[in-house]
Amino acid sequence: MTAEPIQKVSVIISKGSLEGVMPGLIMANGARAEGIEANVFFTFFGLDAITKRRWDRIKVAAVGNPGLHLPTWVGTIPGVSALLTRAMQRRMEKLDIPPVPEFVEMIADTGAGLWACQATVDMFGLTKDDFVEQVQGIITVGEFYELAAGGQIIFT
Amino acid sequence: MTTRTIAGRTVRVDDEGFFEDPGQWDEELAAELAREAGITELTDRHWQVIRYMRKEYAEKGTGPTVRALGKSSGVSVKELYELFPKGPAKLAAKIAGIPKPRGCV
Repeated sequence: MTAEPIQKVSVIISKGSLEGVMPGLIMANGARAEGIEANVFFTFFGLDAITKRRWDRIKVAAVGNPGLHLPTWVGTIPGVSALLTRAMQRRMEKLDIPPVPEFVEMIADTGAGLWACQATVDMFGLTKDDFVEQVQGIITVGEFYELAAGGQIIFT
Repeated sequence: MTTRTIAGRTVRVDDEGFFEDPGQWDEELAAELAREAGITELTDRHWQVIRYMRKEYAEKGTGPTVRALGKSSGVSVKELYELFPKGPAKLAAKIAGIPKPRGCV
């Protein structure tokens, strides 16, 4: 039996670290590349990826990240997070994975919708002007579910 | 691997219809492949992408990513999605008669 192909996905990005942001961007971009309709909903610290003054400063979490296989105290040394971020970005570049700002621009160009979470925007005291132009709007959870209707939801 | 007949010619394709041997492709087949993919007419802009894909495949052994296409083919990412709405890298690869690109981006 062949399963019904996925027609639409809604990806939620809730974390603000590089390793928190990239998987959701890759999933959304990959969906569009397969001709699947895609929306991306940025919430909590995930909003950094679409915030003008922060989207080019997304960093690897150097502390509290067992996946790095480094002693926690190493991550607390100033500059380590930036160093790890540069190392990871170099590896991604080799695989043709763009840096966050270029990736967000590219995903918007694929026709995917980019949305900011109303509750977080209110909580952090942000406005539409704080976001990059690719963001289509600030929407509530209810509006997100309306957008997501009929598709799959991926939380990252 | 299977074979199929397009415009009276038998070619080797994979399960999804991507060519196994780009040498079996020519421009006449591209028009037919495009029609099957829902593109009624291949414009000069489509051809620019198709030719670029074949050139890249010939040089590197794999089709380019959408990002690479957007940077080097002379057609922006936005326009690529307008030309090939069902996913530029894969759809264009199919029409260009090259194997399916396997990258994640």
